[in-house]
Amino acid sequence: MKLSNRTKVVEQGEMTLAERMYLPAIVGGMATTLKHFFSKPVTIRYPEQTRYLGPIYRGQHILKKDEQGAERCTACGLCAVACPAEAISMVAEERKKGEEKLYREEKYAKVYEVNMLRCIFCGLCEEACPKEAIFLRHDQMVPVFSSRDEVIYGKDKLVEKMDQRYLREGWK
Amino acid sequence: MKVTIDNITLEVEPGTTIMQAARMIGPEIAPPAMCYYEPLKGSGGKCRACLVKVTAGSEKDPRPMPKLVPACITAVQDGMIVENTVNEDVIETRKGIVEFLLLNHPLDCPVCDQAGECHLQDFSFEHGVSSTRTVEERNTFEPTDLGPNIQLHMNRCILCYRCVYTADQITDGRVHGVMNRGDHAEISTYIEKAIDNDFSGNVIDVCPVGALTDKTYRFKSRVWFSKPVDAHCECSKCSGKATIWYKGEEVIRVTGRKNMWGEVSDFICNSCRFDKKKTADWVIEGPTNVSRHSVISANKYGANLIKPAFPILQAARDYKQINDDRDRSFVGIQPALPKSKKK
Repeated sequence: MKLSNRTKVVEQGEMTLAERMYLPAIVGGMATTLKHFFSKPVTIRYPEQTRYLGPIYRGQHILKKDEQGAERCTACGLCAVACPAEAISMVAEERKKGEEKLYREEKYAKVYEVNMLRCIFCGLCEEACPKEAIFLRHDQMVPVFSSRDEVIYGKDKLVEKMDQRYLREGWK
Repeated sequence: MKVTIDNITLEVEPGTTIMQAARMIGPEIAPPAMCYYEPLKGSGGKCRACLVKVTAGSEKDPRPMPKLVPACITAVQDGMIVENTVNEDVIETRKGIVEFLLLNHPLDCPVCDQAGECHLQDFSFEHGVSSTRTVEERNTFEPTDLGPNIQLHMNRCILCYRCVYTADQITDGRVHGVMNRGDHAEISTYIEKAIDNDFSGNVIDVCPVGALTDKTYRFKSRVWFSKPVDAHCECSKCSGKATIWYKGEEVIRVTGRKNMWGEVSDFICNSCRFDKKKTADWVIEGPTNVSRHSVISANKYGANLIKPAFPILQAARDYKQINDDRDRSFVGIQPALPKSKKK
């Protein structure tokens, strides 16, 4: 039974001697190879070369400081509770007298860790943060790692350095 | 006595308040309470969070009450009709009430230890608006030291007087209250005198906001990272019934056992609250039931979450059998062919 009239019977004729020796197929294949040999490659040599990531790319986490250089994070835990991968953990500490320039609020994160193996870079931590402290950088990816000790990022890797501040377009 | 709240009629004892009657129906109908605390005598009538509309005063005098009335201190009358969640006026007024309560509140929830179990957070989330209209500087108070166990943040206080009633009803002789008036009112010296009492720690539990918090728990964890477990212990001073909060294997906090309205009826003593911070001190009864909408249930995969019963109850009550014998021939489903025609 025919369901439609669109079926076609394909018949292959007898192959010539050249066809039987695969000559046209080899020539065709080599032509394709040669064409790509001289064209621009679509791949890049990552990690030596990197691409432009776009203005809203979600890359490596950064814990912002304010203009005075005080840490904005107060260890409220909203990023950790928003995180679907449970990648973030923290330990809070009370700010002592004389540390007002280091930390903005009376509570700060003594330990702040992001497990980069767990992180799925969804950006929910950035969205949850009430203090505008955590951001996913648009200009930098998490570097390639070779051992599991390197993937838990502590405050030493996450906190913004005052000499190389992270600024986005639209920010002051 | 018959009372109708949000189109639901029920029978109550004479002398019941609207709040108590509404709480009999369920948490979806009950008005919010910031100052009213059922176990504390005389509490209520201060925060105006529970304002409701009475559209008919009673059977005999069915005129509506001219203004919104506080549900927690208004007694029901026979045939009273109350509107809470269905009245536009009430919903609009609550927004104003939230604004008033937050007028001098520092909004430092990310720092506050009460965040996650704060009644003011719940209240403003459910009934308030998300923006602030004021630009003026908020009232701030000098920090007061209340000893090694209790931390007072006067800035966060909403002057509900719950702690004053607690201190009043557990100590002999009235030595406490709220000082100053209006904008400058604060709970101060008076409450300091009550803190050497054995049951003074209960002011932490009754406080609806983060004004009175546990100093031994200060900044240790967030509420939603700790796991509440019901436990009891042998105690000569109190009932020993408590909720202990775990972070990992460690007991980081002990509180009184709160019911569905966030109220503690069995007050616990200070030695249970502040000193028994080991699992060995307690007999574990089982995980505390947590509402599945509560942030405390986040990241916990237990089956011990309270599922809302009200929608099911309401559906069962409102269920009507419908007569469904419509003509369905237009749908075009061929009835099965009789066997004789098949060949």
